Amino acid sequence: MTFERDKDQAADLQRQREIDHPSSAVALFGTDEPLHLDAGTAIAPWQIAYQTYGTLNADKSNAILLCHALTGDQHAANVHPVTGKPGWWTTLVGPGRPVDTDRFFVICANVLGGCMGTTGPASLNPQTGRVYGLDLPVVTIADMVRSQAMLVDRLGIDTLFAVVGGSMGGMQVLQWAASRPERVFAAVPIATGARHSSQNIAFHEVGRQAIMADPDWRSGRYLDAGTRPSKGLSVARMAAHITYMSEQALHRKFGRNLQDRPTLTFGFDADFQIESYLRHQGLSFVDRFDANSYLYVTRAMDYFDLSADHDGVLARAFQGTKTRFCVVSFTSDWLFPTRESRIVVHALNAVAANVSFVEVETDRGHDSFLLDEPELFRTVRGFLSGAARARGIAPPGGSD
Amino acid sequence: MANPHLPEPRLDLRLIADLVDRGSRVLDVGCGDGALLAFLNGARGVDGRGIEISQAGVNECVARGLSVIQGDADTDLAEYPDDSFDYVILSQTLQATREPKRVLEHLLRIGRRAIVSFPNFGHWRVRMSLLFKGRMPVTENLPYSWYDTPNIHFCTIRDFVATTREIDAKVERAVALDAAGKPIPLNAPWAFWNIFGEQAVFLLRR
Repeated sequence: MTFERDKDQAADLQRQREIDHPSSAVALFGTDEPLHLDAGTAIAPWQIAYQTYGTLNADKSNAILLCHALTGDQHAANVHPVTGKPGWWTTLVGPGRPVDTDRFFVICANVLGGCMGTTGPASLNPQTGRVYGLDLPVVTIADMVRSQAMLVDRLGIDTLFAVVGGSMGGMQVLQWAASRPERVFAAVPIATGARHSSQNIAFHEVGRQAIMADPDWRSGRYLDAGTRPSKGLSVARMAAHITYMSEQALHRKFGRNLQDRPTLTFGFDADFQIESYLRHQGLSFVDRFDANSYLYVTRAMDYFDLSADHDGVLARAFQGTKTRFCVVSFTSDWLFPTRESRIVVHALNAVAANVSFVEVETDRGHDSFLLDEPELFRTVRGFLSGAARARGIAPPGGSD
Repeated sequence: MANPHLPEPRLDLRLIADLVDRGSRVLDVGCGDGALLAFLNGARGVDGRGIEISQAGVNECVARGLSVIQGDADTDLAEYPDDSFDYVILSQTLQATREPKRVLEHLLRIGRRAIVSFPNFGHWRVRMSLLFKGRMPVTENLPYSWYDTPNIHFCTIRDFVATTREIDAKVERAVALDAAGKPIPLNAPWAFWNIFGEQAVFLLRR
């Protein structure tokens, strides 16, 4: 077990390093370039960590911004520095893949409020010399997009060829298209909605309460105290993870099968495989994520309601848009069911926007966008190829 | 930007394409696998969009780079604002809608012009099947048995012309195609079209 503990400690140290000194690229913004937040304040200095894949072409027209989901990060298509696992979107992004890095210049940044190198609650607060904790203002999806726009400026890119993302990433895609339409040629919001539903807020609240109920949370000051609310964060992850899967997928994968035992124990050990699986998901999540970050990013999703900024009429968010949209949903997603995507599609139709909409038939639930889903790949590849033709971006090897 | 690998579309689709001005904005309702849209985008340089009820059709279209949404002509046309397209096309779909008259009204509201093609239920072979066999016709163009057909509102060319009057639409052009898919001479009377036309294509305006 000593070996296991050493490994945990090594992972923990690596995770702590990534918070302020990420192993990826990082854009630093000084006190002269504050980030203004919806909460009414600004932070400065601040930083945003990012990865890029592929090559920016001469007229800077082939840049795709990937927006990650709740607990993702900038490591979309490379080995993760903490977990050692492949990037979260290697199914979709890479040479010859639907988001083809031979053709496009792909940028993926860690969100504001995250814990992988972009300013978040675990970052050092330059005002106080200790970590922010809950002193960081609550951030929103629009704040995340604002920070990404400053990064895109810094990279000298005027118009993004496409903004692509799933779940919370999809919210950022919609926010980009609504607030900076002239900078987004094409938008691909996947498994998402224009607002976070009451049920979704409810699940997030369970997660946050689990974290805050952990005595090691210490009112958010656990990093100063040298503790971590691992149990609370783990429970939060377990609850959330259930919402990412469908009932059919859970049943197919686990059923009521027992874990490493022939009979029930008549106790509260992980008798069932599903229990053991969730415990594992919770524990491995704790190794790579910060509990306060979890509070911030879930809150950002909860606050998201694109129509609220437009007198309750979602279509107004997209008035006059020239952006080409490709909205994708999954039949078994109960976190963002197809009707949430249809609300977006109807709003886009109402302003005569150029929109495609595909509902992918699958029983694997919300997380389908991260999995090997051939219909999703065909859709994204076809849509991006069509849009690239319209934008005059040369295909790799000169043929399409 | 015509794609040389695209096969020439069916004659009725080419007929429709001939009715569309270059560079116009087109909505194809019930666009299937996107054959007409792809042809219009390429050969006529239009800004084409589509609605298709079958998910397989939609996915095929989007994978081909076409702008298509999954939706139902009966319910989703109401979402589109007035005058948002130059042409709205309803190709071989009218007979499968629940409220064909309302759908036609929507077409003329959303588009300045509407192009409608449909199988003619007044064709002689249909009449013969009913008259002599006493059975619902099953032909190459209407390949379904009565119990599994998506087609619930058949009409004849004459019925359609009467309906255009009811909704105050002007028939700008009309073409009937015979069993071989050849246009019937324009100077033929409606009655002739109604017997020998296997399908019809109408260009309507408000």
